[in-house]
Amino acid sequence: MKRRQFIVRSGALVVSFGAARLAEDLGLGSLASAQRLNGAGSRQLDGWLAIKADGSVTAFTGKCELGHGLYTAQTQLIAEELCVPFNRVTLVQCDTELTPDQGTTSGAQSHPTNFNNADLALAGATAREALVALAAERLGVQATQLTIKDGVVSVTSNSARRVSYAELIGGRTFNLTLNPNAKRKSPADWTVLGTPVRRVEIPAMVAGRFEYVHNVRVPRMLHGRVVRPPSANATVASVDRRSVEGMDGVVGVVVKKDFVGVVAEKPWQAVQAAAKLNVSWTPGAALPSQRDLHARLRSATATRDTRMVDSGNVDAALAGAGTVVRATYLYPYQLHGSVGTACAVADVQGDKATIWAASQAVWPLRSSTAQVLGIRPESVHVIFKQGPGCYGINGADTVAYDAALLSQAVGRPVRVQLMRGDEMAWENYGVAYLVEQRAAVDSNGLIAAWDYESWAPTRGGRPGANAPGNLVTGTLAGFEPAAFQPRTPAPAATAFANNNNAVPSYVTGSVNGRAGGTGRIQAERVVTHGVRSTFFTGPLRSPERLQNTFAHESFIDEVAAALRVDPLEYRLKHLSDPRLIDVVTAVGKAANWQRRASPMLPIRRTGAASGRGMSCVLYEGDNGYCAMVAEVDVALDSGVISIRRLVIANDSGPISNPDGLRNQLEGGAIQGISRTLLEEVTWDDQKITSVDWRTYKPLFLSSQVPAIDIVLINRPDMPAMGAGETAVTIVAGAIGNAVFDATGVRLRQIPFTPERVTSALAARA
Amino acid sequence: MSRITLKVNGASHTVDVDPATPLLYVLSDDLQLHGPKFGCGLGQCGCCTVIIKGQAVRSCVTAVSTVNGAEVTSLEGLGSMEKPHPIQQAFVDEQAVQCGFCLSGVILTAKAYLDRNPKASDAEIRNAMSGVLCRCGANTRMLKAIGRYARGLKA
Repeated sequence: MKRRQFIVRSGALVVSFGAARLAEDLGLGSLASAQRLNGAGSRQLDGWLAIKADGSVTAFTGKCELGHGLYTAQTQLIAEELCVPFNRVTLVQCDTELTPDQGTTSGAQSHPTNFNNADLALAGATAREALVALAAERLGVQATQLTIKDGVVSVTSNSARRVSYAELIGGRTFNLTLNPNAKRKSPADWTVLGTPVRRVEIPAMVAGRFEYVHNVRVPRMLHGRVVRPPSANATVASVDRRSVEGMDGVVGVVVKKDFVGVVAEKPWQAVQAAAKLNVSWTPGAALPSQRDLHARLRSATATRDTRMVDSGNVDAALAGAGTVVRATYLYPYQLHGSVGTACAVADVQGDKATIWAASQAVWPLRSSTAQVLGIRPESVHVIFKQGPGCYGINGADTVAYDAALLSQAVGRPVRVQLMRGDEMAWENYGVAYLVEQRAAVDSNGLIAAWDYESWAPTRGGRPGANAPGNLVTGTLAGFEPAAFQPRTPAPAATAFANNNNAVPSYVTGSVNGRAGGTGRIQAERVVTHGVRSTFFTGPLRSPERLQNTFAHESFIDEVAAALRVDPLEYRLKHLSDPRLIDVVTAVGKAANWQRRASPMLPIRRTGAASGRGMSCVLYEGDNGYCAMVAEVDVALDSGVISIRRLVIANDSGPISNPDGLRNQLEGGAIQGISRTLLEEVTWDDQKITSVDWRTYKPLFLSSQVPAIDIVLINRPDMPAMGAGETAVTIVAGAIGNAVFDATGVRLRQIPFTPERVTSALAARA
Repeated sequence: MSRITLKVNGASHTVDVDPATPLLYVLSDDLQLHGPKFGCGLGQCGCCTVIIKGQAVRSCVTAVSTVNGAEVTSLEGLGSMEKPHPIQQAFVDEQAVQCGFCLSGVILTAKAYLDRNPKASDAEIRNAMSGVLCRCGANTRMLKAIGRYARGLKA
């Protein structure tokens, strides 16, 4: 209950009094100054943890809750390492004046970062060992003779001799640095971590009490709305400020190069003023056609090339092979499309600014906002407040710039919430992709060589500390996106890395004589081409990893089908990593996988056809193992694909919260279905045309809700890996393979719309 | 500007606003409720849902003047954190939430439908929910939570 109240209250406190007062109100007293780390001092234990006079624990994290259960899991971690009850821990997250700088909360990196022997987990272990040492001194015994329970250290043989954390250090600082040798508690002894503790925020959320960034209100606050260009390349010719003069509540019109916004007393007044403001725009260059997108990517000449692996013998192996399988896979631009539009509140007063934002990156946002405002980063205070699920870089950062620019211009705090089209037309989209692959098959029916080449458009992205032009507001206000730097030919790889999952699971991944991959195929070549994008792009849940894995997992299935062998067994013949083999085996068992070739014969020509398909991945080459079986029905007349069941096996190392993990896998799976079957950014010759939920159709609540069966593989003795992006990565491959199994039709372009399915069905022999 | 009186979650409020103002803006700004949220402003997603006269209403496309005098129930009007309504409790029990931003649409649409159709089948419930959007993919859990609540009504 304490924490819930804290969550509900903390926002109001922050809003009213600022961070120092928050620390004071938390009862941290003189401990507060120890939390002010200004970005880099996270080796200080006092920057991570404080024990108050009453013995309760306040922990500080630089990884924030995004709807994925991290707040609760991190609270469990601290409770476990400090041997205190869960409800005695309060977690403070992502505030540039209160918490350690842990960069960006992204990339399924929070579990590996904070749950291994570093950062937050190491802080917990360091603090526990320090408390035991203090207790040993106080009680006059060896540390090994002590037991801790509920924040009380006692002599194991005589529990009457005891001392509490409050008595040992309550209200005082540790004055220690994190001890890299501090010993984590053994998972065998866990009582809080590893258990399905319920999410802390949910009671407030279901009761409509939770405070999102959208609910932040500060004294004298005004409401802003932005006026984005009507077409992709338009620029401001002139703004007629008189067109909104005299409108109720209108306070100001703000123009900075091509950035235009209005500020009013109330949000509806701002909406009306933004609609009425007369702006003359100079139309820019026309957009290249959507139909030719992939052909343009394929023929681009100014590309940024990367050679991830190249054994040097792929061309020879292909030339000498009796059988060569080849295929090309296409992926569209897709939206983050958060269910709520982005919102931020900014209070810029002279050379100081306070920003409340749902950004995944409060520290980089501090620096880049300072650049936008022309003030020093140290003068900007960014406070994370939760927003709608973001899945990468949605509008949370760009709207923070919007609010900051408007507040700076009018000298009062300004809240901006984007309108639906403002966000959807100008997002940093998940990137489109074209992947070409070739496989040489040897006389034993095994793949002897795998050749991969891809083209993907990028522009902008996360702004980091100094590239506000990577987001639309930054560009409109006069900053350039990070420069696109062509590079051809690609230099040779110096070390194996597979963070984009461009290297398929089935090759050795050999660089400089060291095999870093998960497979057995030795003749391997993976070359990627970055192309300058027409639209802003950025990380969207499983960025590029999903696109690449769709191509790989479809392609291994195509080779197996060409050889008329079982696709699960065929995968196992090419894999070497035992944990990847384990998830593939486990998912097959859980799905009662029948070993046979695809498609299932005889192929049905009328009614509905059913099939099953599988896929697997080691996410980012080192960050979570996952395998999936999809069971689908295809309506042969309408081309509608229905997902009957998904079976998932996942191994992300030690399980910190099994229900939280299941929720992430389920969410990834459902989001993966939406992206596979429905989602595609569209445009005409002037502008983006997918600007609402009618023109960009995602999965709604009722349709396509499959049964989801999950096998969790717990590896308590292995490092913690990510789990937020494993399942979503392999949905498209599993569904495409299941459609092939059902119909004999291979779908190679996402999304698998009914139109694409029916035309593929019509074309089959 | 017009003076408009609303009874929201049992309490009476009079606001002086442009009569064309969408009800959502009055609820979330003038009354500072946290339940109803701006998702699309187009009535397409459900984030702004409230219950009026037993119907789930999308407050982002409902002019406040058209509900003058009406009783409005938002998510916070169903129950509190300490005393949640059974449908809210079902969402806690199923942990049927990720970011939680869509919950007004999910919970209030289901509640209004089941109030009128307490014996609805799972298929009918799904159909009733077909205009509600969750982008995190908590769909399976949410439908389980609604099913749990619906079974409680039949029992």
